[in-house]
Amino acid sequence: MKYYDKLIFELSKPGRVAYTLPCNGCKGSLDELPAGLKRSAAPVLPEVSEPDVVRHYTNLSQMNFGVDTGFYPLGSCTMKYNPKINEEIAAMPAFQGLHPLQDESTVQGALEVYYETEKALAAITGMKRFTLNPCAGAHGELTGLMIIRNYHLLRGDTARTKVIVPDSAHGTNPASAAVCGLEIVEVKSGANGLVDVESLKPLLGPDIAGIMMTNPNTLGLFEKDIKEIAALVHACGGLLYYDGANMNPLLGTVRPGDMGFDVMHINLHKTFSTPHGGGGPGSGPVGVCEKLVDCLPVPRVEKLENGKFHIVRSADKAAGQVSAFMGNFGVILRAYAYILMLGKQNIKLAGKLATLNANYVKECLKDAYKLPIPSVCKHEFVFDGLIDDGSATGKAGATTLDVAKRLLDYGFHAPTIYFPLLFHQALMIEPTETESKETLDAFIDVMHEIAREAAADPDVLHSAPHSAPISRPDETAAARNPILKCE
Amino acid sequence: MSAFPYFPHTAEDIRQMLERIGVSSLEDLYSDVPADFLYKGEYDLPDAKSEQEVRDWFEKLAALNPKLKVFVGAGSYDHYSPAVIPNLLSRSEFLTAYTPYQCEISQGTLRYIFEYQSMICNLTGMDVSNASMYDGPTAAAEAMRMAVACAKKKNTVLVSKGLLPNVLQVIGTYAKYYGTTLKEIALDGGQTSLESLKALLAEGDVAGAIVPLLNRYGIIEDHTGFADALHEAGAVLAEYCDPSALAVLKSPAEWGADIAVGDGQSLGIPMTYGGPSVGFMACRKDHMRKLPGRIVGQTVDGEGRRSFVLTLQAREQHIRREKATSNICSNESLMALYVTIYLSLMGPQGMKEVNEKSYAGAHYLYEQLLKTGKFEPVFDKPFLKEFVLKPLVDLDELQKKLYSAGFFAGLKTEEGYASFCVTEKRSKEEIDTLIHEILR
Amino acid sequence: MSKIAEGLLYSESHEWVKVEGNIAVIGVSDFAQAEMGDITYVDLPDEGDEVEKGEDFGALESVKASSELYSPVSGKVVEVNSELEDAPELINEDAFANWIIKVEMSDESELESLMDAKAYAEIAK
Repeated sequence: MKYYDKLIFELSKPGRVAYTLPCNGCKGSLDELPAGLKRSAAPVLPEVSEPDVVRHYTNLSQMNFGVDTGFYPLGSCTMKYNPKINEEIAAMPAFQGLHPLQDESTVQGALEVYYETEKALAAITGMKRFTLNPCAGAHGELTGLMIIRNYHLLRGDTARTKVIVPDSAHGTNPASAAVCGLEIVEVKSGANGLVDVESLKPLLGPDIAGIMMTNPNTLGLFEKDIKEIAALVHACGGLLYYDGANMNPLLGTVRPGDMGFDVMHINLHKTFSTPHGGGGPGSGPVGVCEKLVDCLPVPRVEKLENGKFHIVRSADKAAGQVSAFMGNFGVILRAYAYILMLGKQNIKLAGKLATLNANYVKECLKDAYKLPIPSVCKHEFVFDGLIDDGSATGKAGATTLDVAKRLLDYGFHAPTIYFPLLFHQALMIEPTETESKETLDAFIDVMHEIAREAAADPDVLHSAPHSAPISRPDETAAARNPILKCE
Repeated sequence: MSAFPYFPHTAEDIRQMLERIGVSSLEDLYSDVPADFLYKGEYDLPDAKSEQEVRDWFEKLAALNPKLKVFVGAGSYDHYSPAVIPNLLSRSEFLTAYTPYQCEISQGTLRYIFEYQSMICNLTGMDVSNASMYDGPTAAAEAMRMAVACAKKKNTVLVSKGLLPNVLQVIGTYAKYYGTTLKEIALDGGQTSLESLKALLAEGDVAGAIVPLLNRYGIIEDHTGFADALHEAGAVLAEYCDPSALAVLKSPAEWGADIAVGDGQSLGIPMTYGGPSVGFMACRKDHMRKLPGRIVGQTVDGEGRRSFVLTLQAREQHIRREKATSNICSNESLMALYVTIYLSLMGPQGMKEVNEKSYAGAHYLYEQLLKTGKFEPVFDKPFLKEFVLKPLVDLDELQKKLYSAGFFAGLKTEEGYASFCVTEKRSKEEIDTLIHEILR
Repeated sequence: MSKIAEGLLYSESHEWVKVEGNIAVIGVSDFAQAEMGDITYVDLPDEGDEVEKGEDFGALESVKASSELYSPVSGKVVEVNSELEDAPELINEDAFANWIIKVEMSDESELESLMDAKAYAEIAK
């Protein structure tokens, strides 16, 4: 990677163009519009040639690190390999050229993809039906909570205004609950990192709409009391929400529906291999148990007796409409391509290999990094910083941030850092099933090397990265005096 | 062990790794899961397919979707997508990265988001843009929440009946659960009524209003007096706009708006049956801290080199949790790159031409449709590329006929009007053929 | 080791109060600013806002954290330190010299539940 310091605006020269448009043969000029409806001056946009554009963005791409560049063990993000066939499918003109409001008779192929994807997700998770309309994981959480609230409201139960969220939950959980108008009640984790059943009991009551659980949780630990938790929450009249961000280790082994969950979302960009795109587009389908099927948002796709597919655009008990049309179809196409590749055979191994990889890395590194909870993990695990941070040298000790930055020098993406909040020096590692033993061994060697460096001279870490396009930027200045656009 | 191309483990790898962990089988790694939760059955899925079989499967389905010439907009527009864009988007350094948490190796993503933010600000006239939202309707719903946050203690948001149906639907859904009161601003001659807006403001408790710049009938709305009326009442003005049209139309800032939202799909993104698209959201500087989503800012690194970082993060869910401005985490970053490259390719001149050609085509079609005698005008207001007419024939029958002739045109609206849209992609010849089919 | 100013009252959430008649001058302790690190923004209330003891009236933000400010007393905000809008770092420089808001107290007996410097020293470590 090399530093490249241009912005596209800086390549601009008046009169240069990078487009061609056909002559459509129609006459008519914008001059005919009333002046009061038109802008006073053209917007400032780059004036560049096509080669300028291509070279500029190619240069930008070379300052980026992706899964195709190297190992990307970013915890809770499931950065698995993104198969190339998926891209080819999503780019097919017969799908890209479809307008979302075309009559259903003209989009039967697209609707079949929806229907089959929904069916496959139901089979994989043990839920009854899915909506594919949410555009990301957090959007799925919000949709799921809307379904829960709507279910209670339809029963005339207006008192259920609170939702229980564990302190280890992803930040999106309480944030989604707030957007859904719910009050958040936090339940503490016990010393074993799991939801403490005794702490949960006093929180349950007639004002509880439900509980949001991540299982395995953000420490990568399976909530083994889930059966008891489900019984307790159901007994108080609440519903169980499953945050599917951590579904990957259960893929092909455990189904959330069987654990008593009533509503869940799943991230197609995590579990089903669609590319993360630098932060989206994702897709966050939401699945529900039988009694909540009527509450799913609209539009929905149904299969008629004659084998044709039909779009339901409104339904009395529906939670509403959550996105422009029917979600990120382009992402759904990719995910279904992956599901077809997996099939009923390969799926059984997917989660298990993810779990194998995580436990292997954990066991190989726990001699150098603090492992607060030593039990078997699932797809990811959390270290609480270095065992020897080098502070014995008299210098400031190396932190998790320093370890993360030093990893960049060695050609790896860093793990998720400072999350979950339960540990001060959290370093959350998720290798995924698509990484080979050789890659993991190389990572383990580097992590050991970094630990040795820290012990000998923590300053080597403090000043990292040394070989990235930039060194650590001044984030405080960025936040105190925000510069948010080109002037 | 497996013949699956994405799992690199050999049987020997697995054996060695299990040994290192100290367990004897993969199943042992699930000893913490209650036994009855381990799924023993066969998954109800198709047999695993080869890459070729996957391609064949999708090609078979693709063949069920006839190729149509699209003469409808209503929130998804068939503008031309230059070849450069998919080519650059397929660079896996962009495609397979995630949110730029490690800024030192994510300068590519951070720079294009900064460029995107700048372009959105330049189009809307706003001071600050976020890094993207899911789509236009959800961005509008966030504008509703942001209005409430800006106003403090006021909980009513006014929405124009001229907003697209799906925008109203999504705002309505968010409002229902968030607990915001929505009131609809009536239309007058097809355009959002200032009188109605003022009457609703007089009722009090209004945090803000969301009005369309180009409305559901394709009319270019005149918002003279809107901002003043709202600001006097201590409320904010949010404009819902088509960013492609903003290249020529009076900008939200020029109308005095505080917030601008809309759907970036019209900037050349393929319709793809409705998604992925990209929502945009921008505001004036005073409201910057209330803006949801990620924001990229400029700073310097240790050597003084210009660098970019995610900034103002204390607004966000991973720090502020339930007090965050929104729950949004993943957005539509790659689609923000799409529109950034699109706007770079088109430039100010290209954007003007796109609008000019769309305008010319739409007005030609409008005249020709009236000449058929099968439609009559509904409104007498200026429009850009989209318009509605009142059908004098059975619209369902006509549509069916047009579908079989290879056209998607004259979408039936809730009011029973026929809605048309013409982009720069539609030639005069295609319009003439459409008219010919309508007359047949 | 953080400084603790004598003669002020303290809350458990690390705000300090200086009593001037029926006005409570409120800031955050040196310990609180040190825990936050570089403060990048102070979210301030508006003058005239009502605050309640124990309720949040604003927040301190740093690059990677946010911390709510809780009012140690109830009453009406009569003045906010607008200097902090452009210079949040003042709190890092001297947390005791740079107050955040002034509140006209509605119930001065609420002061009784606050700690003196000595008692606060026990929790600020």
